[in-house]
Amino acid sequence: MNFLATLRVALNALRVNKLRSALTMLGIIIGVAAVIVMIAVGSGAQAKVEDQIRSLGSNLIIVFSASATFTGARGGAGTLQTISEDDAYAIARELPDEIQAAAPGLRGTGQVVAGNANWSTVFYGVTPEYFEAREWAIAEGRAIEQAEVTSAAKVAVIGQTVAKSLFGDASPIDQVIRIRKVPLTVVGVLDRKGQNMSGQDQDDIILLPISTARKRVLGATALAKSRSVGSISVKVRQGADMKEAETKMRELLRQRHRLQPGQDDDFNVRNLSEILQTQEESSRVLAMLLAAVASVSLLVGGIGIMNIMLVSVTERTREIGLRMAVGARAKDILTQFLVEAVTLSLIGGVIGILLGVGGAYLVGELAGWRTQLSSASIVLAVGFAACVGVFFGFYPAKKASRLLPIEALRYE
Amino acid sequence: MAEPLIRTVSFVKEYVMGSNVVAALRGVSLSIAAGEFVAVMGPSGSGKSTFMNLLGCLDRPTSGEYWLGGEEVAHLSGDELALVRNRKIGFVFQHFNLLPRTSALDNVALPLLYSGVPAHERHALAEKRLAQVGLAERMDHQPSQLSGGQQQRVAIARALVNNPMLVLADEPTGALDSRTSVEIMALLQELNRSGLTVVLVTHERDIAEFAGRIVSFRDGHVIEDHVIEPHDAAAVLAKMAPVT
Repeated sequence: MNFLATLRVALNALRVNKLRSALTMLGIIIGVAAVIVMIAVGSGAQAKVEDQIRSLGSNLIIVFSASATFTGARGGAGTLQTISEDDAYAIARELPDEIQAAAPGLRGTGQVVAGNANWSTVFYGVTPEYFEAREWAIAEGRAIEQAEVTSAAKVAVIGQTVAKSLFGDASPIDQVIRIRKVPLTVVGVLDRKGQNMSGQDQDDIILLPISTARKRVLGATALAKSRSVGSISVKVRQGADMKEAETKMRELLRQRHRLQPGQDDDFNVRNLSEILQTQEESSRVLAMLLAAVASVSLLVGGIGIMNIMLVSVTERTREIGLRMAVGARAKDILTQFLVEAVTLSLIGGVIGILLGVGGAYLVGELAGWRTQLSSASIVLAVGFAACVGVFFGFYPAKKASRLLPIEALRYE
Repeated sequence: MAEPLIRTVSFVKEYVMGSNVVAALRGVSLSIAAGEFVAVMGPSGSGKSTFMNLLGCLDRPTSGEYWLGGEEVAHLSGDELALVRNRKIGFVFQHFNLLPRTSALDNVALPLLYSGVPAHERHALAEKRLAQVGLAERMDHQPSQLSGGQQQRVAIARALVNNPMLVLADEPTGALDSRTSVEIMALLQELNRSGLTVVLVTHERDIAEFAGRIVSFRDGHVIEDHVIEPHDAAAVLAKMAPVT
């Protein structure tokens, strides 16, 4: 008997036993779809956290000025101006092995005006290193250059939210905006970062040269008179030990600030990546938990497939006997059942994939969760279901084909 | 004398049941010539069914020789036996053993599938055999849409489709009413008259009397073997009350 004929016999057998075929496929479908959806939800959650880390800038440590103490009541971080621009340059200069970039940031808030539109936002006086340290990409135009820092040029790079609020859909490049009456030319637009962990809009921001911010925009305030800054964003080199870099930096700053042993730091070091990594860890645990639940459902689906296959082949022992009586060889019987099992697994697998992908999309749409399909989970789920289906379709058929025809015919 | 179609020499079949060995056949030597119509009779447990299964190569004897059409088949491998069953033997079972939800035509064509006959020839041959058993009009019917007698005719057509040298019928009328039984016997007689060798197992004497030779079994031995003048099933049918 040739393969084509076997294929037709097998397909015919599936067709005449629609209910049984459907039940077998159901196990495969549910198993596969459940795994795909759950893994998509799990890895979606993980990817979201990873994105947040990426938007913050990886390997990021931020140094703040310490809080001031006024008669026992302590102010917030940065109320005391203890760290300076020069600290930032010193960190980059003294710790080249650990530090990739150290960028001072001078924060201010204010009303920004362009034409007849205005917007209240945050602005930072920065150096070119800031873009590297915080991993800001440029969507349009260019970043701030060192020459502009040196010359305190009246330029600005604006975030997406600011651009949208002031200029709508028009290009902001070469337009003039005014912060505290100082006119600045927009030379670049930042790429979108979205919300950070606490829900703040990271795109509601304006970056300008630190010298411009100090001398021209904040000019009247006390801040302008010193070299002090609110924060230093430090990017640790890929592969360097974060803890060690943090320790060395702390020592360097204590030395520069001439602090005696035993004296408190006059600055705060915050390792934001570490906080996020903790979150990432928990989302990974969540993803693993979901994967575990999914594998249980795959296992249950597998047991379902196994049961139906075992029962259906066993109840067809008489049919096997008849086929052998009219001339089927053991090989013919085996091929038929193998083709049946493979066909069921394939059809069930494809339906399972479609349902799983559709389900993942629906979860994303209806629940608003981010989902991320993974090809590994699809391959794993379909592979497992197919193996179970084929094995348990094949094994009893193998057993039956070894019987003498009369034993199979008489099987009760 | 020409070599008989079937020759068994000291057929012994023993079954192991736990620690007991039960002998179903205790040395049966029997010859059946081509073209004979033989009825095998005996009470249950006499070994007649075991003998049939051995003749049909559905089972192997514990010892003894089996010559079928001049070939010793008792010790062939499973696949070789499958070939013998496919080419030389047609089976008719008590409970028809048709594939459910499968048309009469496909049921009849089933043996051809395993002998590698191309699809269009399969259907032509199956149609021819169905017409021969009087079911030309019902080729597309499934077994559940056919009466018992019609199902048995489909089974007979299936037994004939590969041009076997031997048809084995194991209680072919066991599940049928008396009129249908006679109809089936008339069909088997007609096939026998056209030259086919038929071996029939039955425990009903009036069914056995349609055959030309009755072999009786008891306790694994042949106790009686005689040629008789068969009743003509067609004539018996004519005398029966017409179907209302």
